[in-house]
Amino acid sequence: MKFLTISGPPSSGKTSVILKTIDALKEKGYRAGVVKFDCLLTDDDKLYMSKNIPVKKGLSGALCPDHFFVSNIEACVEWGMENNLEFLISESAGLCNRCSPHIKDILAVCVIDNLSGVNTPKKIGPMLKSADIVIITKGDIVSQAEREVFASRVKNVNPSATIMHVNGITGQGAYEFASLIEDTNEIETLKGKKLRFSMPSALCSYCLGETRIGESYQMGNVRKMEM
Amino acid sequence: MSTILKEPISKIIIEKPYLSDFFESYGITVDKDDERDLDTFFNELSEDLLEDVGTTLSDLKKAFKEYLSAMEEVLENDFQVEEITIIGGFNKSNEPENFELTIKKGDVVCIVGPTGSGKSRLLADIEWMAQGDTPTKRKVLINGEKPKKEWRFSTEHKLVAQLSQNMNFVMDLTVEEFVTLHAESRFIQDVEEKVNRIIEEANKLAGEEFTKDTPVTALSGGQSRSLMIADTAFLSKSPIILIDEIENAGIDRKKALELLVKEEKIVLMATHDPILALMGDKRLIIKNGGVAKIIESSEEEKAILPELKALDNKLLELRNRLRNGEVLK
Repeated sequence: MKFLTISGPPSSGKTSVILKTIDALKEKGYRAGVVKFDCLLTDDDKLYMSKNIPVKKGLSGALCPDHFFVSNIEACVEWGMENNLEFLISESAGLCNRCSPHIKDILAVCVIDNLSGVNTPKKIGPMLKSADIVIITKGDIVSQAEREVFASRVKNVNPSATIMHVNGITGQGAYEFASLIEDTNEIETLKGKKLRFSMPSALCSYCLGETRIGESYQMGNVRKMEM
Repeated sequence: MSTILKEPISKIIIEKPYLSDFFESYGITVDKDDERDLDTFFNELSEDLLEDVGTTLSDLKKAFKEYLSAMEEVLENDFQVEEITIIGGFNKSNEPENFELTIKKGDVVCIVGPTGSGKSRLLADIEWMAQGDTPTKRKVLINGEKPKKEWRFSTEHKLVAQLSQNMNFVMDLTVEEFVTLHAESRFIQDVEEKVNRIIEEANKLAGEEFTKDTPVTALSGGQSRSLMIADTAFLSKSPIILIDEIENAGIDRKKALELLVKEEKIVLMATHDPILALMGDKRLIIKNGGVAKIIESSEEEKAILPELKALDNKLLELRNRLRNGEVLK
């Protein structure tokens, strides 16, 4: 099975890109499925189901979403193998822009949109900086100049990535993206694989349920701002 | 790479100012008076800082090396497209298209056909430099030759710049700041001169004048499109400009086309406007996912152009009167 991780800020167009890509993969005769990671709520699984795409949904709820991702992704790959999928796509949002679900030796894709602001590429951490492919969406509503400036900003922070434009509504670019991921390596398991980047560290009293504000309630990994 | 590592930061920043952009994008501050050599600078970055900005020393060095070579490629890039050739494939019913079309710099080709007929696919084939590996099986040649495969993914070799009706400016900048930003991203020499030229040309196309201090988000529809066309003509690196329907309102479309042609762009225009269609040298008729016919604008067709232009001018004149608060008669 070919496996890839797709991440990107909320509402950047990940689901639309994946839907159009799976259409293109289907045209090429492949069977593809999705694991969708989210925090509180998602209805995207219904969207996938309505298109007869095998889907698994994981809601992290009260847990850090990326810690939840890494503790579950191995089992998701097993699920994909059991369902005889030829492609499995994991979809997750990097909520604090410091997280990254990308795994070494597994194709890593980051989706960001042209509307998110010209400084956004700087603000996104390993999710963008360590991606192999960066997909830029919503290009149909901004000017050519903005697309070019935005793409050059992405290139500044990740010069080695393949930068593609995909339109989640018309699907322009999805066929090309599908051709690109066809070359991904086959895997059977994620056992022994490593994340590309460590997750943000946090182990403090608030992680354990503390809600009170004040110095005396703060323990563990606490850092103070310079005032 | 190994030689640059031994050079002092202060010298590097003067010789290659774009390198400070790289560090800035990572949230790492570089002091232009720093006398340390680059290697020492890298090695003295604290682990905490690297972790905070979301990278590691080895990843940062690797990205730096790639950025440096990518930039050198950008600066040396001499990608010149004189002509493109499209070799027909098959339509949705698998019937051969049987055409081979070469379009040269300064040519204007119209694309006509209803929504869903396959206009976007044709454009996507050109942009992807298809080599029989898309659903239409079309092939695209650049300057008569098969393009290199890596061009597909290189931002330096993007073939098509697109302009369409529903595009907007979303950045919170003035016209001058915005065009400057675009010019800087191209690393061109005479930024200020280019910026002034673009604003001047855009104003020739727009019905109402705007200044360099106007915020781009405050431009009217016609002003926006004028600025987009002028900016694309002078600053876009893509040799082909696709225009998806230019609305009649607020922009001199004839001048817009002339500007693009003068700047040696290849213009592809999806339009059903008879004046624009007749300004083109050829029309591609798209049906059922394929190019069904190529019509060259004949003398007979062109003979009705003066009549159409007179009609158009009449409308334009009425529109201007309305705008100036005059009475129509």
